[in-house]
Order: sequence, then C-alpha cells, then structure tokens
Amino acid sequence: MFDSITLGQYYQTDSVLHRLDPRVKLVGTFVYLISLFVVDSYVGYIVAALFLAAMIFLSNVPFRYIVRGMKTIVFLLLITVCFNLFLTPGEVIWQAWIFKITKEGLTFAIKMAVRLSLLILGSSIMTLTTTPTQLTDALESLLRPLKKLHVPVHEISMMMSIALRFIPILMEETDKIMKAQIARGADFESKNLIKKIKSMVPLLVPLFISAFRRANDLAMAMEARCYRGGEGRTKMKPLVYKANDRIAYLVLLAFAVVCILTRIYF
Amino acid sequence: MIKIEKLIHDYIQRDDEGNAAGTFRAIGGVDLDVSPGQFIAVLGHNGSGKSTLAKHLNALLFPTEGTVWVDGMDTKDEKNLWEIRREAGMVFQNPDNQIIAQVVEEDVGFGPENIGVPTEEIWKRVEESLKAVGMWVHRKKSPNRLSGGQKQRVSIAGVIAMQPKCIVLDEPTAMLDPNGRKEVINAAMQLNRTKGITIILITHYMEEAINADQVFVMDRGKIAMQGTPREIFAQVERMKELQLDVPQVTLLAYELRKKGLNIPVSILTKEELADALMGPAAASESEGSAEDDKAAQSEEKEAPHGNQG
Repeated sequence: MFDSITLGQYYQTDSVLHRLDPRVKLVGTFVYLISLFVVDSYVGYIVAALFLAAMIFLSNVPFRYIVRGMKTIVFLLLITVCFNLFLTPGEVIWQAWIFKITKEGLTFAIKMAVRLSLLILGSSIMTLTTTPTQLTDALESLLRPLKKLHVPVHEISMMMSIALRFIPILMEETDKIMKAQIARGADFESKNLIKKIKSMVPLLVPLFISAFRRANDLAMAMEARCYRGGEGRTKMKPLVYKANDRIAYLVLLAFAVVCILTRIYF
Repeated sequence: MIKIEKLIHDYIQRDDEGNAAGTFRAIGGVDLDVSPGQFIAVLGHNGSGKSTLAKHLNALLFPTEGTVWVDGMDTKDEKNLWEIRREAGMVFQNPDNQIIAQVVEEDVGFGPENIGVPTEEIWKRVEESLKAVGMWVHRKKSPNRLSGGQKQRVSIAGVIAMQPKCIVLDEPTAMLDPNGRKEVINAAMQLNRTKGITIILITHYMEEAINADQVFVMDRGKIAMQGTPREIFAQVERMKELQLDVPQVTLLAYELRKKGLNIPVSILTKEELADALMGPAAASESEGSAEDDKAAQSEEKEAPHGNQG
C-alpha cells in the first residue's frame, strides 16, 4: 500500500532542469527565495513570476501537478492574507462593522500572497526535479567547507539518506503493528484526543524497539562492508559541473542582478 | 582460506544497571579449516553458536581465546581489519537491514566506495556483480520494490563488488519463501563454481547443505559433527539428538532400511532413492546421465518440505 508514496514528491521525467547538477538547483532555489525578499515592487514580482514560469516550462512537469502541491498551504495563505488585509493600519478605503480595509493593507496583502505563492512554487520546482538522494549529495558537497569547523558533513548526509531509505520500511511496519493491535482490540479510531494519544503508546513502543534493532543490524552490515566514515571514500556518482550547469549559474546571476536593479529603480 | 584454532567466544551478560553480571559461552573451542574454493555448510539449531562463528570470520567479533586466520591474517590484529572485511564478505539474515542505498546499483557500489575504488572501476564492478546474480535489469529500482530473494541477491552483489575471496552467508534464506531460497542458494553456488569464491553457508535448512563439499554441525558452541553431506546425513539418529532433521528423502530411506529393505545408508536425492529401490539393474542404467541428476537435485529443492516449520 505504501508502494505509491514518492518521497519528496519527485516527478520522474526528463528535462533540462532534471539533468542539472543538484547543487545548481539547491543554490538556485536559495537565490530565488532571497530575491523574493529583495524585490519590493510590482515590476520586481513580475520579473520573479516570469522567471518561475520559465522554470516551470523548462521542468516538463505538468502545471496541474505543481499546483496540486499548493493545496495544502492554501489555508495558511488565506490566513496570512486576512491578517494583512484587516489589521494593517492606514488610510481606510472600505469598512463594515469591525472590519476595515486600508489601502496599505490591500497592497501589503497582495504582495504577501504573491510572495508566498512564488516562494512555495519555487521550492517545489526543486523538489519535483531532484531526487532526495541527489539533494543529500548536493548538500554534502555544498557544506563541505564546514568540515574545517568540525561539522560532520558526511555523517549528516549519510544519516539523511539512510533515514530516507527507512521511512517506507518503518511505515510498512507501523501499518503491520497497527493491524496487529487492532486485531487484539486496540482502538485507533477514537475521536477523544487523550484516548487517541494513549492508543499511540502500544504502537510506538514496538516501533521504536524494532527501529533500534534495525539500526543495530544496519550498523553491523555497514561495518562488514568496510564503512568507516567519509575518510578515503570515493564516489560512485560524483557531482561534476557540466556546460549546462555553468550556464545555469550565469542565468541565476543575471536574475539576481535584475532583482536588485528593480529594487533600486522601482 | 580460513583457519580457526581453539576459538572461544564469551558474551558478557549485563544486568539492568549495565554491570557485567556474568558471561555466556557462545563458542567453546572450535577448530575449523576451510581451503580456498570450497562450499561449506554450517548447520545447527538456534543458539548453537553458528551466527557467532560467522561474525568471527568477518572480524565483526573478536575471539575471547584462540585465533581466527582469514587468508593468513589474524583477525585480532587491528591493521588487518579492513582487509579481512573486504576479503570475507558477509550476507546477513534480514534483507531489509543490510541495504543502505535507495537504488539497487548505488547499494552495490557502497562497498567499493568505502574502500576507495575509483569511480569508473566502481561502475565496472557494479555491472559485473549485478550480472553475476542476475539482477542487472533491476539496477535502477528501489530496493523496497524487490522481493526478499531479489533483495538478498542484491546484498550478495554488494559483497561481490568488493572482490572477496570468501562469502559468509549467515542464514540468508531464513526470512524467504521457497522460491526466494532457491534463488539465493543458486546464486551462491553459481559464484562458487564460476568464480571459485569460497562459500560458507550458515543455515538450518538441511536441503541447502546437500550440495556442500563439507558440512559442519554445531551444537552448544562446539562442532559436533563434520564430514561430507552423505556422511553427515547417514547418521540420522545422531542428527535427531542434535535437534536437527535430515532431508526428507534421506529420512524415508532410513526408515525403509530400518524396516529391512536393502538400500544404501545415505540417500540424498529422490532419484537415488528410486534407483536404490529399483535394484542394481536400474541403478547402473541411469548412472551415465549426470546431467539428469543435477536437474533432479534442483527440482528437489523446489519442492515444499513439510518438516521445516
């Protein structure tokens, strides 16, 4: 039943963006998110939106699929918009009972909504075109300078990728334990919150025990295969920048410059 | 290839506070000698010390007393540690808990990555290893989508990619269905025959031991019996004493013999039994067809066995 779950919502297809080095995409997303806070004019937002549209076009991911990921945060978006709309003080343009909308509030709310939507769409473009494995690799490679500060970069990324590998296995196990408990009369359907939390205990205890047992086994299997940390390790799939990646960095740079210019001139 | 002398292993038992409360002797004086290219089976019921023995061969455990040499290297010597682990690969019981990566090919590459093999060489080895166990077509898949037998074959490929001289399989089939068991054992036997890799198969399925060059039976931390499968399974009474079964056919032949039929002491396959029952004339007729015999043996493994529970 968990076979259909794709972690990190990766969308499998072939496109320019899919083939880019994950480091470029990670840096790119970062630059994009920052630039959304740099621009502060409608012109700037239009530039950002056009850039995003171009990326969506290049990603080959159906637009419907991307928007579906937005559904979960529509609620959050609405609340933010309402707060900004009704609670910003300034020149009142509409009033009913205790609600009043100000001119400043309206601009602010629109900007906020646009900014948030672009932010979420922008980061989901990255997760849609990059597998979790590629992301951890990119993270390891980009954070490598931190090794000088004794940050265990390799170990962190190894932990992340192992966690990703075991999520589906542990979910399957949860499902199994749950069914076993239901068969013995456990009640997971209760609406009562306290009862619900209590019913989690017989689920979590065996799950934790099993997770530790698995961790123990896995550690031994890794040792048996000569794993001894990041020292002296080679890579089966090393990250190498290609021509496309260099072009992508240039495009990013150009985008960042344009964003700064809009901030200055508009 | 592997030489064990007077091996003793004690587990330290701890009480609730973590203080050493006593020791439990898992292995009490084992001597073992395996020559290169052999296919060895180690049998024994639960708690007989066979898994502990396996972990000594890969330097995952160290002797309390005695010595273990792997390819002439003493496992107690710290500087040999990684070379020993590379030379004596290990496949564990639970297929899920030994696959590290999220893609089959990356998992096979994990071992070579650890020992610092250059990138192109890793790819070559991954291809070779996956082809050797017949999993090349599944190289891009997530391990979660494979069957148990396939996962174990991936684990074996992961070990082969490190180019070991010896593979220790610690009950690799205990969690598999009959088909998966056959897949895994066939893959191991194939490697033994074509690449000359020494195989040490630890198991409690007697049928898997039939094709071994030599069988060791462990009981309470000691080697209770050793010999060829035929020699071992001829001693039905002794095996029962050690809480072990013999293959069903062997048991049937044994019972028939006890009732007064004139057939040889140790029968390992259905065909042998049929020949023995049909008398010497039939036996000599079918002796020439060794190929048939082999096919029959694998067929024998396929059949579900009621006494394995």
